[in-house]
Amino acid sequence: MRRPPSQPSPSASRKGKEPLRFLNRSTFPFAATVLVFVLLYVAASLHYTGFSRPQVFLNLLADNAFVGVAAVGLTFVILTGGIDLSVGSAVGCGSIIIATLVEKQHVHPVIAILLVLAMGTTVGSGMGALIRYFDLPPFLVTLAGLFLYRGIGLLVSMESVSIMHPLFARLSMAGVPLGDAGSLQLSAIVFLLVVAVGIYLSRHTTFGRVTYAIGGSEQSALLMGLPVGRTKMGVYALSGFCSALASVVYAVYTSAGNANAGTGLELDAIAAVVVGGTLLSGGTGYVAGTLVGVLIFGVIQTAITFQGTLSSWWTKIAAGTLLLLFILLQRAMHRRAR
Amino acid sequence: MRGIRRAFPGVVALDGVDFTLRSGEVHALMGENGAGKSTLVKVLTGVHPRDAGEVRLNGSLIHPASPQDAQALGISTVYQEVNLIPGLSVAENIMLGRLPRRWGRIDWGAVNRRAEVAMGRLGLDLDVTQPVGSCSIAIQQMTAIARALDVQAKALILDEPTSSLDAQEAQNLFSVIRKLRDEGLGIVFITHFLGQVYDIADRITVLRNGKLVGEYETASLPRLELVARMMGRDPDEVAALESARPADAAKAEERKPFLSVRGLGRRGSIRPFDLDVAQGEVVGLAGLLGSGRTEAARLLFGADRAETGSVTAGGRSGAPGSCREAIAWGLGFCPEDRKAEGIVPNLSVRENIALALQARRGVLRRLSRKQQTEIADRYIRELNIVTPDAETPIRSLSGGNQQKALLARWLAADPRLLILDEPTRGIDVGAKFEVAKAIEELRAAGMAILFISSELEEVVRSCGRVAVLRDREKIGELAGPDVSAQGIMATIAGSQPKGSTEAEVRL
Repeated sequence: MRRPPSQPSPSASRKGKEPLRFLNRSTFPFAATVLVFVLLYVAASLHYTGFSRPQVFLNLLADNAFVGVAAVGLTFVILTGGIDLSVGSAVGCGSIIIATLVEKQHVHPVIAILLVLAMGTTVGSGMGALIRYFDLPPFLVTLAGLFLYRGIGLLVSMESVSIMHPLFARLSMAGVPLGDAGSLQLSAIVFLLVVAVGIYLSRHTTFGRVTYAIGGSEQSALLMGLPVGRTKMGVYALSGFCSALASVVYAVYTSAGNANAGTGLELDAIAAVVVGGTLLSGGTGYVAGTLVGVLIFGVIQTAITFQGTLSSWWTKIAAGTLLLLFILLQRAMHRRAR
Repeated sequence: MRGIRRAFPGVVALDGVDFTLRSGEVHALMGENGAGKSTLVKVLTGVHPRDAGEVRLNGSLIHPASPQDAQALGISTVYQEVNLIPGLSVAENIMLGRLPRRWGRIDWGAVNRRAEVAMGRLGLDLDVTQPVGSCSIAIQQMTAIARALDVQAKALILDEPTSSLDAQEAQNLFSVIRKLRDEGLGIVFITHFLGQVYDIADRITVLRNGKLVGEYETASLPRLELVARMMGRDPDEVAALESARPADAAKAEERKPFLSVRGLGRRGSIRPFDLDVAQGEVVGLAGLLGSGRTEAARLLFGADRAETGSVTAGGRSGAPGSCREAIAWGLGFCPEDRKAEGIVPNLSVRENIALALQARRGVLRRLSRKQQTEIADRYIRELNIVTPDAETPIRSLSGGNQQKALLARWLAADPRLLILDEPTRGIDVGAKFEVAKAIEELRAAGMAILFISSELEEVVRSCGRVAVLRDREKIGELAGPDVSAQGIMATIAGSQPKGSTEAEVRL
């Protein structure tokens, strides 16, 4: 039994009395998320011919990879009870910096990518340090980060810059063929890897467990002598890294940099995290839930594309409705637990 | 610990306190709320630095700078409000910060095994993988103790560990404490429950107002004397103390009951109690600080939601669901902490006085500015509130005058029952006298009054009947000639037949 307790696994019911015992207060929202995803996917598959083709599912992963990568980092921040609003504009800023470096300054793409990843991690740590040492509200610090990123991005270039470098072309075409099923694109692979690393971090490292502890009760975590300040800084650094990685995925995926990319992405990511079963107040949630949350919004979007007659803005309406339902569900759970 | 002193801005929380804990003993730290117990613990565990004095552990000076520091030295604390992370498992709450790792990742098997051993030491066999938030408070308490012990503790401090446990759970905790004591641990036990002290403690240290009252062997300190020491009185003086009584107390039977409370209670707040207050009667609520007096008043007034029981007032009955409802029933409540719960500091005296009346009338029937001014001016005159005029912000008034303005607020709303929680705390003698006079006049005019005060003389002087609370439970009621400072203390100490039988049930 080498898994953390109170995870959504039947290990919790080792005495094996009730089959549904693993459905406790913290796992229930996660189970609901999975159920909603399965229902939506099955319904869409039955309704639209061709929806059930494996390639549609694989594209779901690839198309939403940059949102997903950012959302995984954000999950850690939200687990501590914080928030990071800068992830969306970090994607825009990162992508335009990569494009400009590669196309205008003729920097090698690998170096450009490493530079942007370092920048994202540094800015994230900086915001984390402000939150840690000056006890500033994360909402405001990362809002400042949002404006900063967007401003710098637009300063670099107002227009979208296409990336012609052959390496980018190769990367965007790369993928693992899966026989008849189609192929898994590189961006989807990165997304799944980030999710896997996120799950490992959250479940099997002290950093991950302290993240949960801070969100559960920061006061208790302090009195327990846990490294609260360091971990808080760490989650913002992680989120900064993830949003920078998301900008790389975006640049490869579109073969372009655009300072205006990712506008509102931070809100999509927050929605995916919350629908994935993570409480906005922190302490409860799963990285795997965020993966499913991202896929739920992806399915809705794809289904509306398949429909063809509906305006794509219906995606937003469906997302809003779903989000409301989920926070109502969480509130109801919370009430009952009290 | 020798000569410990700790001052906070404006208040000396500890002044020259000595405290000695031997290994293999249970040492109770007693005192009213605010006596300095928690501060002493926090100095010992490095939460607050000390301003003066020295702390020695096994003879050598120590300077714990943080709870982790103290823990490393072998001093572990379980705080009053259990400090655990509800969403994480029992095992994780015990081990977090010291999680065993293998190949860089957490070895969950070892975590759970070690947690099971730690809980086994406390005589508990349970599934340590369940989230601690879903366990009973008693199990949570044990989890916190297991965590404290897992670091090779030499001294264990338990701050109010039994405040939310029932009798059986408390007994289980006591057998664990005895077991740990016999293993040679020194245990500091802080509680409000007098009975438990006599159950478990070997020695008692009493604090009052940040000063050391004394250190006693439990066996040589009778209960009544302990209560007297906590309240800062000489036991001989207690016997001599007797005050003038309201002559008309005997007529209480004839009066029309206004308020009657049956089985009102809330878990963790106060056990179900009954209480009657008649029109034209002042009923006192007495007890040590923290005995549940304010909690009882808050339940009555709907400030906290009651879990059981009902209130009948002025012909209506039910449990008040909100303060607004209670005001509509004709109840008024002057809270204890006037700064935090009573006055609105930046509003003028006039606005503060008009608040409750406006709340009672509802938003639609607005009081005109002229009416407000008239009311304010009348009470400023009648209650002798010292203020330049009715438009002065209330925060610039002295404490006693703020208190009188608060009283005016409720008088303006014309309640039929007024709850006064510590109306005389922190105000000077003259203002106290005026408040007492106002209470007597209101009573004569037919108002029902529930009077809460820590000053026994005041309770005895003003009240025809006194309900005595202890350990968040109503343990007795004194009426007529029995209302005396000595009678109240004896009831709290449990030496009167009525009080003691119920106390035995409790333990």
